[in-house]
Amino acid sequence: MTGVLVSLIDGVLIGSVYGLAAMGLTLIWGVMNVINLTHGALIVLGMFAAYFLTAGSGLSPYATLPLVLAAGFAFGVVLYWIAVHRVVERPHLMSLLATFAANMMLIGIGTALWSTSPYNVPVSLPGISWGYYTFTGTHIAAAVVALIIASLLYWLLHYTRIGKAIRAVSNNRQAAELVGIPTTRVLSFAFGLGAALACVSGTLIATLFPFTVLSGNAYQLKSFVVTVLGGLGNPAGGLLGGITLGLVEGLAAPFMPISWTPIIEFALFVAVLILYPRGIFAFAKA
Amino acid sequence: MAVDERTSTSVLQPSFSRLPLASRALAFFGRPFPWLIIAVAALFAALPLWTGNVPLRESLLLAAVYITLASNLNLMIGYAGYVNFGNIVFFGLGGYIGMFLISTLGLPLIIAVFAAGCLVSGLALLFGLGILGLRGAFFALATIGINEAVKAFITNFEPWGGAAGIYLPLDVFAELGGPANALWVVYFALVAVMAASLFLSYGIKISKFGMGLQAIGQNEDAAAVLGVPTRLYKSLAYAISAFLPAVAGALYYFKSAFIEPGGAFDLTLSIEAIVMVMLGGHGTVTGPAIGAFLYEELRGALLTMDAFSHFQLVIAGAVLLLIVLFAPGGLMGVVYRVWPRLRKVLP
Repeated sequence: MTGVLVSLIDGVLIGSVYGLAAMGLTLIWGVMNVINLTHGALIVLGMFAAYFLTAGSGLSPYATLPLVLAAGFAFGVVLYWIAVHRVVERPHLMSLLATFAANMMLIGIGTALWSTSPYNVPVSLPGISWGYYTFTGTHIAAAVVALIIASLLYWLLHYTRIGKAIRAVSNNRQAAELVGIPTTRVLSFAFGLGAALACVSGTLIATLFPFTVLSGNAYQLKSFVVTVLGGLGNPAGGLLGGITLGLVEGLAAPFMPISWTPIIEFALFVAVLILYPRGIFAFAKA
Repeated sequence: MAVDERTSTSVLQPSFSRLPLASRALAFFGRPFPWLIIAVAALFAALPLWTGNVPLRESLLLAAVYITLASNLNLMIGYAGYVNFGNIVFFGLGGYIGMFLISTLGLPLIIAVFAAGCLVSGLALLFGLGILGLRGAFFALATIGINEAVKAFITNFEPWGGAAGIYLPLDVFAELGGPANALWVVYFALVAVMAASLFLSYGIKISKFGMGLQAIGQNEDAAAVLGVPTRLYKSLAYAISAFLPAVAGALYYFKSAFIEPGGAFDLTLSIEAIVMVMLGGHGTVTGPAIGAFLYEELRGALLTMDAFSHFQLVIAGAVLLLIVLFAPGGLMGVVYRVWPRLRKVLP
C-alpha cells in the first residue's frame, strides 16, 4: 500500500514537469490557434543543451536553466518568423504541416549530429528516504523548479504589460490590434515563450531519464494528453493536467509493465477529447 | 476558413451522379483520365518485364506503394480536409494481419491480403466513429495517438511476436513458384493496387459522395446545413482510405517476409506520405500520384548520394515547409495556373 502511495507522489513530482512542458504547447495554441508540432523537437533541444552545457563546463544542470530559457526563447522567435508567421491565419492543415516540417528538419539535423543512441545527464542529489522507499532527489528538484517557473509564467501573464498584451491577443486579435497592441510582435513573443518552456522542461526531463534524439515524440504525445486534460489554451490547466497525468502514470506503474503506459495515455486522451472537449479543468480558466 | 487554399474544383458534370449505373460506367470510361490510369499501370507492369531490370522493378514497386499511400491519404487530407498524421497505421496493420494469417493460419496470399484489407477497414470505421467527432487539429492529434497506441499495443502483443516481429518461412513462396517468381507476382499485384487507388480516387472525386467530402473540406458547418451527412461521409472516407493501404501493406510485408512494430508503424513514413500529397497538390487525383513518384525518385537519389544520405528527413522537411509557405496548391496548383484547361483532363 505504501508502495502505491510512493508511486503516486513520485507521479505528481514528474507530472509537474510534464505540466511545464505542456504549458508551452497550450500557450501557443491559446494565443495563435496553432498546434506546435515542433514541441517535441524543442524538448529534445533542451535535453541536449543540458547535456552539452553540463559536460562542457561542469555546471550543474540547474545552473544552465536561465541560459536554456534565453536560448530557447530566441530560437522560438526565429522559428516563428521562419515557419509559423505565414500560416497563423490560414487553415489548421497548413499550420500543422508547417510546424511538422520544421520538426522533421530539426530531428533530421539532430539525428545526423548526435545519432539516435541514448544520452544521460548525471546529477547527484541526495534523496529523501521514507521507510524502505526513497524519493529521488532529482525528481523533487525538478518538481520544485517546474513550480517556480510556472508561477513566474503566471506572474508574467497577469502582472506585466507584455503578459497582458498576450492575454488580450489570445482573447481577440482584431480588438487587440484596434487598441494599439502590435499583435504580430506579441505573437512572436508568445511563440518564443512557448518554445522556451518546452526547452526548459526538456532540460529538467534530461535530469530524470536517459534520452535520445527521438525522445521528443513521446513527450510531445504526453504534452498533448496534458493539454487536452487541462483544456487547450489554458496554461493554469496545463499544470493541473500534468499532475493528473503523473498521478495516472504513478497509479499504473506498480500494476503493469511500463511499455503499456502509451496505451493508457492514449485511451485517456481520446476519452477526454470526446467527453470533455474543453478540458477537465476548463473551470480553472480565469 | 480560406477557400482560395484549395486548388480542387469539381470536374463533375451536374448530371453524372443521377445517371443509372450502367450508363454511369460508360460515361466514366468515356473520359480520358481512366484510360490514362490504365496506360500508366500497363507501363509500370511492362517496363521491368521487357527489360528484365530488377533494380528498376524494385524502384517502381516502391513508387507503386507510395502512390497507393498518397492517393488514399488524399481522400482524407485533400477531399475532406482532415489531416491524418497516423495514416501509416493502416499499412502496418494490414501487413501484420496479412503476415499473421499466412504464417500462423497458413492461408493463401490472396485471401490473407483481402482479409487484411477488410479487417483494417472495419477497424478504421470503428476508430473513425470514435475520433471523427473531433474537428481540425484535434483530429490530427488523435490520429498520431492511434498510431502510437497501436504500435505500443503490438510491441506488447506476444501472439504477433511482440517487439521482435514476425518472420515468414521461405516455403510460403513455394505455392507462387518459388521466391523469384513470387517477387514478380507481388509486384504485379502492387501495380494493380496502385491502379485501383487511382480509380478509387477519381471515382470518388466525381461522385456525389466526393462532392459531399469536398464540401466538408471547404466548410463543414455549411455542408451540414446543406444536408451533407458529415459524420457518415467522414467515417466512410476514413474507412475507405484504409482499405487499399492495408492491402498494399500485406503484399509489401509478404515480399519482405519480415515485419516488426518499429518499422511497420514508423511515423516518418506517414509524414512522407503527407509530403507526397502536398508536393503534387492535395485535393487533385493526379497530384498525389505525381508527388509520390517524384518523392520516390528524389529519395532514391538522395540515399545514394553520400553527402545527403543522413539528411533525407531534413530535405523532406524543407520541401514540405517551402510548399506549405509558398505554393500550398503543390505542383498541380502551379500547372493549373499556367494551363487552366488541364483541370478537365488531369483532375
